[in-house]
Amino acid sequence: MSLAHFIFGRLTPDDLPFWQMLQHPTGANIVNGIIATTAGAIVVLGAAVTVGLITRYGKWRLLWSQWLTSVDHKRIGIMYIVLSFVMLTRAVIEAVLMRTQQAFGLDGGFLSPNHFAQLFSTHGTIMIFFMAMPFLTGVINYAMPLQIGARDVSFPVMNSISLGLTAAGAALVMVSLDIGQFSTGGWSGYPPYTEAAFNPGVGPDYWIWALTLSSLGSMMTGINFAVTIYKRRTCGMGFFRMPLFTWTALCTSILMIFAMPPLTVATLLLALDRYLGFHFFTNGLGGNMMNFANLFWLFGHPEVYILILPAFGVYSEVFSTFSGKVLYGYRSLVWATMAIAVLSFTVWVHHFFTMGQSADINAVFGVATMLIGIPTGVKVYDWLFTMYRGRVRLTVPMIYAIAFMMLFVIGGLSGIVLANPSVDYQVHNTLFLVAHFHNMLIPGLLFGMLAAYHFWFPKAFGFRLDERWGMIAAACWIIGFVLAFFPLYAVGLLGFPRRTVAYFNPAYVPYMRVALVGAVFIAAALGSLFVQLWISVRNRQAYGAPAGDPWDGRSLEWATPSPPPEYNFPVLPEVTARDAFTRAKDSGAAYQIPAQFADITIPKNSALGPVLGAAGALIGFGLVWYLWWLTVAATAAAVAAIIVRGFARDTEKVIPASDVEREHMRWLDLVASTRAVSRLRELDAANTGLAAHAIPETAQ
Amino acid sequence: MTEKVIYHPGLRLGAAHPDAHEGAEELLFGFWVFLMSDAIVFGLLFATYASMLHSTAGGPGPKQLFDIRSIFVETLALLLSSFTYGMASLSLKYGRRSGPLVAWLCVTLALGLVFLGLEVHDFLSIFHQGAGPTHSGFLSAFFGLVPLHGLHVFTGCVWMIALMAQMAVYGVDRRVKLGLLRLGLFWHFLDIVWVAIFSVVYLGGLT
Amino acid sequence: MLSHANAPSEWEDVYEEDSVPPEFTRRVHRLLFASCAALLVGGCTSSGPDLSFLDPQGPVAAMQRTHLFGIVAIVLIVVLPVIVLAPYYAWRYRYRNRSAPYRPQWGFSRPLEFVIWGVPFAIVIGLAVWLTQSTVALDPYRQISADKPVRVEVIGYDWKWLFIYPDSGIASIGLLAFPVDRPLSLHLTSDTVMQSFFIPALGSQIYAMGGMVTHLNLAGSAPGRFLGENTQYNGTGFAQQKFIARAMTPAEYHAWLKHVRVTGIPMTPEVYDVIRKRTTKAAARNALGADRFPDGEIYFTDVPSNLFPRVVRSFHGGVATSAGLLRGTPSGHRSSADAGASNAAAGG
Repeated sequence: MSLAHFIFGRLTPDDLPFWQMLQHPTGANIVNGIIATTAGAIVVLGAAVTVGLITRYGKWRLLWSQWLTSVDHKRIGIMYIVLSFVMLTRAVIEAVLMRTQQAFGLDGGFLSPNHFAQLFSTHGTIMIFFMAMPFLTGVINYAMPLQIGARDVSFPVMNSISLGLTAAGAALVMVSLDIGQFSTGGWSGYPPYTEAAFNPGVGPDYWIWALTLSSLGSMMTGINFAVTIYKRRTCGMGFFRMPLFTWTALCTSILMIFAMPPLTVATLLLALDRYLGFHFFTNGLGGNMMNFANLFWLFGHPEVYILILPAFGVYSEVFSTFSGKVLYGYRSLVWATMAIAVLSFTVWVHHFFTMGQSADINAVFGVATMLIGIPTGVKVYDWLFTMYRGRVRLTVPMIYAIAFMMLFVIGGLSGIVLANPSVDYQVHNTLFLVAHFHNMLIPGLLFGMLAAYHFWFPKAFGFRLDERWGMIAAACWIIGFVLAFFPLYAVGLLGFPRRTVAYFNPAYVPYMRVALVGAVFIAAALGSLFVQLWISVRNRQAYGAPAGDPWDGRSLEWATPSPPPEYNFPVLPEVTARDAFTRAKDSGAAYQIPAQFADITIPKNSALGPVLGAAGALIGFGLVWYLWWLTVAATAAAVAAIIVRGFARDTEKVIPASDVEREHMRWLDLVASTRAVSRLRELDAANTGLAAHAIPETAQ
Repeated sequence: MTEKVIYHPGLRLGAAHPDAHEGAEELLFGFWVFLMSDAIVFGLLFATYASMLHSTAGGPGPKQLFDIRSIFVETLALLLSSFTYGMASLSLKYGRRSGPLVAWLCVTLALGLVFLGLEVHDFLSIFHQGAGPTHSGFLSAFFGLVPLHGLHVFTGCVWMIALMAQMAVYGVDRRVKLGLLRLGLFWHFLDIVWVAIFSVVYLGGLT
Repeated sequence: MLSHANAPSEWEDVYEEDSVPPEFTRRVHRLLFASCAALLVGGCTSSGPDLSFLDPQGPVAAMQRTHLFGIVAIVLIVVLPVIVLAPYYAWRYRYRNRSAPYRPQWGFSRPLEFVIWGVPFAIVIGLAVWLTQSTVALDPYRQISADKPVRVEVIGYDWKWLFIYPDSGIASIGLLAFPVDRPLSLHLTSDTVMQSFFIPALGSQIYAMGGMVTHLNLAGSAPGRFLGENTQYNGTGFAQQKFIARAMTPAEYHAWLKHVRVTGIPMTPEVYDVIRKRTTKAAARNALGADRFPDGEIYFTDVPSNLFPRVVRSFHGGVATSAGLLRGTPSGHRSSADAGASNAAAGG
């Protein structure tokens, strides 16, 4: 092996996005080269601008000490959500590109098939692993410990490591825009297409290591959240007094613990095939590609419930808070959530009914799939009856929730259609399937996360988001989703396969054009969210809600200042019922001065998270490009960091009781001088976070 | 809050070790949950192995490759190491000096290394028979499952050395105790997985 | 105890306007539903090959369409109330509507629970019975009728399908011709990666995988031309892996067989190498000089009878292999008839 080979592995100039275009300037190469180079340039520019701004304003020390090394669940939660918004932006742009290509894809279009294949692969991979998972992990991270009256999660340093690993996976996917290319095998990466025999390049390797990093992070997150909910609930908070969002967080984390291992196994076995010539999934020598399908979907199906359950939890909070009413059917919702979690492990074969197994096997899994529809339907009706005889306020989260309800059930309908193997044989791998899962993910997951963002933003930052631009964004998301995906149901029924760059029948064109209009609305929706953020920051004085309860909230997170102190509660609360904060406000027991303040011990910052994240990214990059020296060095660094951390003894800091008392009294003084508002003035500047809890009209 | 008895997986240090006992519950529960996810990983590899048992692609199968005597000695070494780790745990809980604790840990480590050495020797001899993992699906499945267990044992040995180093610096303090409790769970878990491997892969393959 | 009861609170009877009326959102929804329905109907009427089981051209597709409509109709029982009630409740119980009753502590009603759990459960039980019957009846491996089927062996390449008629010694790319008076019995495999063979107007799709044999039984009800495709992504030529399935009258079919036997390109090893190359059908046509054939089609004659089994065995080291491994599972439990066919393929 020559020295150059050792240092550069299989990196060549050909791996730069503009090289092909310069070497062979055909029309197609130029178009694709410009798009690819622009994308790569945006990444480089974005990174440069970010680094430049931080340097210009001298914020490196603050960034390191207050954020990157923080083990505070609130900070980690915010960082997860920032990551997810960045990746959402990229994935939406990719979606618009794909819609544009398909709108003009009769007999060809402008994108090369290889480019299109990378687009659908990165779009799916990013949306699931680097947008949805971080978004929901961030939301649970932020809200759940507050809801259960805890100071932090059970393993704060591990929380930071999870974030680092997830960011490392995202970094690999971003780097693939500049160096090399991404996989063309879709987000599911089926072999033997992704085996070395058919795809020897770096694409599938980027996919493998990005997913492995992300799944390790999520596995740790699942353990962290589950143990937190089991062991750190405050005094009096039995399981059936937990908010529904915490219930869904618990079931989600149990799913993470048991569903991520199959993914890790699937990707690592594929890596063994690709790197060391094993024969797990190859065509010959005894490999069996069907094992990959089973392993991947053993992960994949619980994964989609990981994605949706937190959103269901958010909707529970939103419906009850903005109807001013207890959640209808709390116990039903709990049992339904647990049923969904358990059943989600029994249906994975429905992702490959057409793989040739017997009708009996297909029928069993088809029935199991329909069974999951029952608890889901129950939940929708429970939310419906939460509004019934409530006092409904149409704030932005409520708009998302109602739109979710109406659109999600259509996705549920298409899900029952897909659950029937005999019909699935017609619509599997068509755009009908694509429409179905986007129908579940966009109105389901994404609207839920956006509602959570709007709902808990004032808690995290002390001021509300602009309501008008929130409505504009919501309207654009709703219209955009309907226009972009309902036509796909139709073309799927007309035989249009998924992952298709071009088509040859003009009958499909009108649907594709309508879908493109929808994509434009979605891009506008994303833009509106950024405008909303900008305007809200600018108007943060007017939207300020430092007293902590802008929405007349029902659970414990609202019983803190906005933003809450690092240790969350000066004294851990004692809970006697569900909807603990509403109960306290009703009985006049809210905003108490505790009898006694004590010193609070919380973990110190730790660099282990960012270090392991960086090491993970370098290990991944080294494996992709055969830079074995880099992989070995980064692995050694990671192991060393873990061992060194084992020697750390000074890992906690004490906040003296006097500081705690001072901060708490400052907040209570603020509350005392705050004007309480009724819900009529909820969206006014007058709402600074204190609810006039008595409703003047007669309540039964 | 009333005094509650703290239960957690693994050895309970009890009131004699007040510093470690309090923090143990959450930590050990969390570690046990991690072990359950690891069990899923091994379970899936067992399932893969079972489905590829006959995918020998005309090459050698279990009967041709497994050396039962070596496996037997390895099994003895590993099971014995679990016993010696149990002795180490007992001296952690009841002992007043750290001498016996360190001694038992050293014996455990030695037995673990014996296990690993024999296992590596087994693999090398299988390679020399021209039956590396690149030769068939069955061999891939075998070399996916068994070396993964070996890698876990290796990690356990490294962890043991790191804990002993911490002991040298800090003595048997709170974090060392909690580390030993978790390592105990890990070590015994790997024992259980080995029993499954021994039964399913080796004994199953040879009958 | 700190209380904010004495803090001044505003309570005014002023009705402020919402910034975006919820009516707007709902009206938009309705408009879009309607336009989508219209587009769907419009899209069904086009010239060119039949695209969809919504206009079924065979008994399998017809049953699948009926099943689809039935499922949609039944599930709408649970879906429509939500779509109707959600905006209705949001409007009727809106904050400013003081005439509507307000029961902030109402969170449970046993009769309602029975309905909420019971109705979906009953629907799922009913659908489950239908599902089981239909899955067994429409099992791709199940023979359609007692008539002697036309046997075709299908091999998926990158990026074309090769259709071998083993009883006639011919093959074609781009056209799957068959008579309407007999069912079609397909055995499928892949020479490359996992692919999915699909003729929507006729019936089900099925995966084709290397080293394994899958079966698909179809039938046409009337002469016609139907779109055929691959739906499992397999590379840059994926979008071009399309073909036409044509149901012919028996006379036309026999004429076609004769025509192919006479005019087809002899399947020599060199010709076969061109087929195996990783190119599209159009490129293969160019390479073979196939202009004399209809657009998009290539015909072959003198096709070796063991071509299909050879391709399957190529992934098993060239050795005949057990039916179980052929199906990819350790214990293939197919009916004896199918097992017999698999063994014939393996041994032949």
